Amino acid sequence: MSTIDQCQRNFHFRGRSFIAFALSPEPPIADWLVALGEWAAKSPGFFLGRPVVLDLMAVTLSEHAIGHLIDQLAQRGIRIMGLTGVDPAMTSEKLPPVLSGGWASEKAIGVESPTSGAPAQKEPASLLLDEPVRSGQSVHFPAGDVTILGSVASGAEIVAGGSIHIYGTLRGTAMAGSFGDERARIFCSRNEAELLAINGYYQTAEDMAAELRSKPAQAWLESTSLMIATLV
Amino acid sequence: MAKVVVITSGKGGVGKTTSTAALGAALAQSGQKVVVVDFDVGLRNLDLLMGAERRVVYDLVNVTQGLAKLPQALIRDKRLENLHLLPASQTRDKDALTEEGVAQVITELRSWFDWVICDSPAGIERGATLAMRFADTALVITNPEVSSVRDSDRIIGLLDSKTKKAEDGERIEKHLLITRFDPARSATGEMLSIDDVLEILATPLLGIVPESQEVLRASNLGTPVTLSNPASAAARAYMAAAQRLMGEDVPMTIPSDKKSLFDKLFGRRAA
Ligand SMILES: Nc1ncnc2c1ncn2[C@@H]1O[C@H](COP(=O)(O)OP(=O)(O)O)[C@@H](O)[C@H]1O
Ligand SMILES: [Mg+2]
Repeated sequence: MSTIDQCQRNFHFRGRSFIAFALSPEPPIADWLVALGEWAAKSPGFFLGRPVVLDLMAVTLSEHAIGHLIDQLAQRGIRIMGLTGVDPAMTSEKLPPVLSGGWASEKAIGVESPTSGAPAQKEPASLLLDEPVRSGQSVHFPAGDVTILGSVASGAEIVAGGSIHIYGTLRGTAMAGSFGDERARIFCSRNEAELLAINGYYQTAEDMAAELRSKPAQAWLESTSLMIATLV
Repeated sequence: MAKVVVITSGKGGVGKTTSTAALGAALAQSGQKVVVVDFDVGLRNLDLLMGAERRVVYDLVNVTQGLAKLPQALIRDKRLENLHLLPASQTRDKDALTEEGVAQVITELRSWFDWVICDSPAGIERGATLAMRFADTALVITNPEVSSVRDSDRIIGLLDSKTKKAEDGERIEKHLLITRFDPARSATGEMLSIDDVLEILATPLLGIVPESQEVLRASNLGTPVTLSNPASAAARAYMAAAQRLMGEDVPMTIPSDKKSLFDKLFGRRAA
């Protein structure tokens, strides 16, 4: 048979999503780079091993200028894996690819600047919300588990470093173990989810079997497969 | 104490302006001093529904910019002397409104009226956030249909974060007004049921306004439906909602224009 067929058998693509950090330069770029440099100096290693995309929405740059900006960032230890907010026609193969389909999270992830002196107080790594999470809202809690007493609306997202527990209906997106914890789980009293993900492995509503919908459910990871089962 | 109410929804065409006019009139018919304020700068409509379009001289933007005094811009309703309209500008865009300007106007209106009812533009941008900014109470207008419900959910989130009350750590009071409800289509599953909407939005219900031809007729007449046809189902629904807003305990029903069994029996006899 054809060689193309061969290739198809050899490659396996698995859906895997990462939370990418979008850097959004603002004009004047020189000032922005200075501010970024100062900030990065206070949080060394923040970008290490994290996917970073460059969002060029707020600026108009030539292909050459984009390349220059990426070099400048590289000098500051930030490697760019993709571009957004730019017309693909404005870029070339030398630049990182233009990504589509990303969505912005409303709350920026808080970065605490390291404090010197007294040892940091150890906070319990869980977040409890006693209000419904509304469409368009996003809850980011890299530090641990998130428990929600109400429902999570269609168009809302929860991103947790640990597990996610939803006592209402999950109609939006839940991403547990988003920073590498493959043992994290998702529980909800009613599964109407748009997307469930653990450590980047996901299933969309369309992937899910009908008998798993509208029921109490949990999701967990078995190697690289996201598993979902109803809870009785 | 004056109450500032924002009528909001996210989605357009769900009945915000219709509800502003009807509730404003209903409250005024109950003896309250009411002003309805059009925040839909550039797309004003409320003046038409109130039948005041030919009497607009100054508008909200003129007042916030200090070009006119508030009493010059307020239009008194021809039918109800305790009902007033503060129209929007049709020629400016939404950026013409500033937060300080709006704050000042609302403060002044609070001192003169029992109810300040703000008709919000659609969307979640500046115009809509300014309309809700100084509200004590929000009325979220929802049609029993998925996209409207989702947009309402989005707006409820904004009410809890972008209003002055929320920023001050207080709670903005929120109610749901379901409009354009069609019992037949809800029964066949073509429309969401009231229970579905309430379950998704988790917000207390202020009233249910049925889909009604009388609403269209009222808007063509330039008369709020509670005045044009007080006996109609839509008017009764708005009347009941206004009473609940005033704190009265009115049982929740879905008014209907269909004839009751009683009407049918006697109707047949008369025919
Ligand atoms: N209960 C109702 N029954 C029938 N038509 C309605 C009803 N409520 C609103 N409408 C119609 O829906 C359209 C949009 O209403 P409008 O109040 O202008 O919405 P919005 O201000 O939210 O954009 C108008 O044509 C109006 O007459
Ligand atoms: Mg309107």
